[in-house]
Amino acid sequence: MRDFLSRTRSRLRRAVFGATGESDDTVVTDGGTAASEGGGVVDRLNDRFGEDFTESAPFWLPPFLLVGLFVYGAIAWNFVISLTDYEGFVGPDYSDLDFEMYVRAINDSAVIDATVNTFLLVVAFTAVALGVGMVLAILIDRNIRFENTFRTIYLLPMSLSFVVTAQFWLWMYNYNNGVVNIALGAFGIGPINWIGNSSLVLWAVVFALVWQFSGYTMVVYLAGLRAIPTEHYEAARVDGASTLKMYWRVIIPQLKGSTISAAIVLMVFALKAFDFLYSLVSGYRPPNGADILATKMVREAYSTNNWAYASAIAIILFLMALSIIGPYLYYEYKQGNL
Amino acid sequence: MSDAHLDEPDSTDSTDATDRTDGVADRIRDDLAGVDGYRVALYAAIVGMTVFFLTPIESGLVTAFKTNPGGISSTLPFAPPPPRFFTLEKWQTALAALGRGMVNSALYAVPATIISALLGSFAAYGLTQADWRARYKAPVLAMLVAGIFIPYQAVLVPLSQFWGAMPLAELLTPLWLLGVPQSYVGLVELTITHVAYGIPICMVLFRSYYRNVSEEMIEAARLDGATFRRVYRRIVFPISTPMFAVVLIYQFTQIWNDLLFALILVSTESSPAAPVVLILAGLGESMEGQDFALRMAGAFIAALPTLIVYIMFGEEFAEGVAT
Repeated sequence: MRDFLSRTRSRLRRAVFGATGESDDTVVTDGGTAASEGGGVVDRLNDRFGEDFTESAPFWLPPFLLVGLFVYGAIAWNFVISLTDYEGFVGPDYSDLDFEMYVRAINDSAVIDATVNTFLLVVAFTAVALGVGMVLAILIDRNIRFENTFRTIYLLPMSLSFVVTAQFWLWMYNYNNGVVNIALGAFGIGPINWIGNSSLVLWAVVFALVWQFSGYTMVVYLAGLRAIPTEHYEAARVDGASTLKMYWRVIIPQLKGSTISAAIVLMVFALKAFDFLYSLVSGYRPPNGADILATKMVREAYSTNNWAYASAIAIILFLMALSIIGPYLYYEYKQGNL
Repeated sequence: MSDAHLDEPDSTDSTDATDRTDGVADRIRDDLAGVDGYRVALYAAIVGMTVFFLTPIESGLVTAFKTNPGGISSTLPFAPPPPRFFTLEKWQTALAALGRGMVNSALYAVPATIISALLGSFAAYGLTQADWRARYKAPVLAMLVAGIFIPYQAVLVPLSQFWGAMPLAELLTPLWLLGVPQSYVGLVELTITHVAYGIPICMVLFRSYYRNVSEEMIEAARLDGATFRRVYRRIVFPISTPMFAVVLIYQFTQIWNDLLFALILVSTESSPAAPVVLILAGLGESMEGQDFALRMAGAFIAALPTLIVYIMFGEEFAEGVAT
């Protein structure tokens, strides 16, 4: 079977690249095969970037090109579209480019509300999910029984799609029969219309997202906690610190790296909350009071065909994301991880 | 509960590995020693959080077995259905509605998961084990890492344009001649799109793994004359198995669960190629109101593959995320 596969592969390669493809079974360096290519392109690349570069290129270049085309090419194209007046079903007219759509977005109160909501959602969700996740990690880390079971339970919601969790929480928040209102009713509160009330719905969404993703934060913090040497706990104890003080002064400050990596991922999830909101309001309807840039953009594009305007909103969203990614990449670079 | 208990060295060893080797007698003694205010509060908090995480799922599960109207309005949302309100009808309806969606989702989620994991592994190998100059490598890496964080909205309009302009349907003519519905072209688009957007996260996960691979082994192989490609095939790929497990779990979950690309590329839930999330998003909607029992049953069916994967491989996943 394997022989058949490798033979088919080399035959395919020969068909596609001609006879220059290096055979898997001959142990030769790239320099040898490159010479047969005639032009000496590989030799020149070797001189310029080093042999390791040309040798490893077949591995990283194709994925990189795919990502470059689909991600960065698409973003560039998206930017150009945002400069046109593309609407409706006729393709974009690239001859007349201006920033009109951005001017329109800045003056659109719905876009401003969506920007504020995006910001609130990202910040509130990330902060609360980090807090809950840290508490969970500390609880789990206290040498408890059935640790793995509890960990799996806390992580379970993360395996569900936004569409599924939206169904669950729509039911949880149901005015007449939802668990939330029945639980609050036991304390004499409510019932409250969580989804229909425009000043509450954003926080109801944040709460549901915290439920879905704090298990992830827990896993990251747990790894961080376990990487702290035992001596640090012991030293704090010798100094007579109480458990609370030990965590606050000694342990939590050492979780900075975990906090950063968890926060970045949480922010990405928050920016993707479109799926959740789409399912919550069942379709392209605006989630009154919880409209974020992601939902606004998709609605403008696919519901009303305001393609150029949607592209401009997408660029605003992208710039918000960039303001998170940029500093993170710089931090990683400084840490020597890039 | 006093400070004296808190000062007990109950967590001086932060792993519970030693616990497991203890004998039963030791364990019982430990348990009895642990029964104090502090342990009680700790377990109360842990169980309380368990209730918080399980309630929405539990409530959904019992609701899916209740009659609507009737059962779901006259019983508590977290209480199991009493016999007179018990029904399996919603599960049958949901399965009938979602069945083809499950097949469609699998048709693109499985290949997209495997291909993106492989390409991610290739990229990570090419970018960790090859020692080319940092000033060229850093931008390549930065672009791949940043790819994880791109909000999909920033590429949707060009993506629609791109797939609209691609003559993919013509290229795949043999498939339609074989009787595959033409709308399945959307599934091919979804596969390629998910592969492209999945590569960055796969690359990052594999890279963290490959950086810890023993260098001596690879250097020795290199000195013996093995090519860069041969080292991957004979050494790096075989030892990647644990990381492949993690990446495949993660990617499968992401791709199976994603609504946005499905919505944009397949667009209607009535399409023969509609993925399960797309059908689920519109399930149980009608003019008379929402059929929550049907929605809950649908949610469970749609979530089943990823739930199974998590329950079976949750441990491996947790360890993989942590690295």
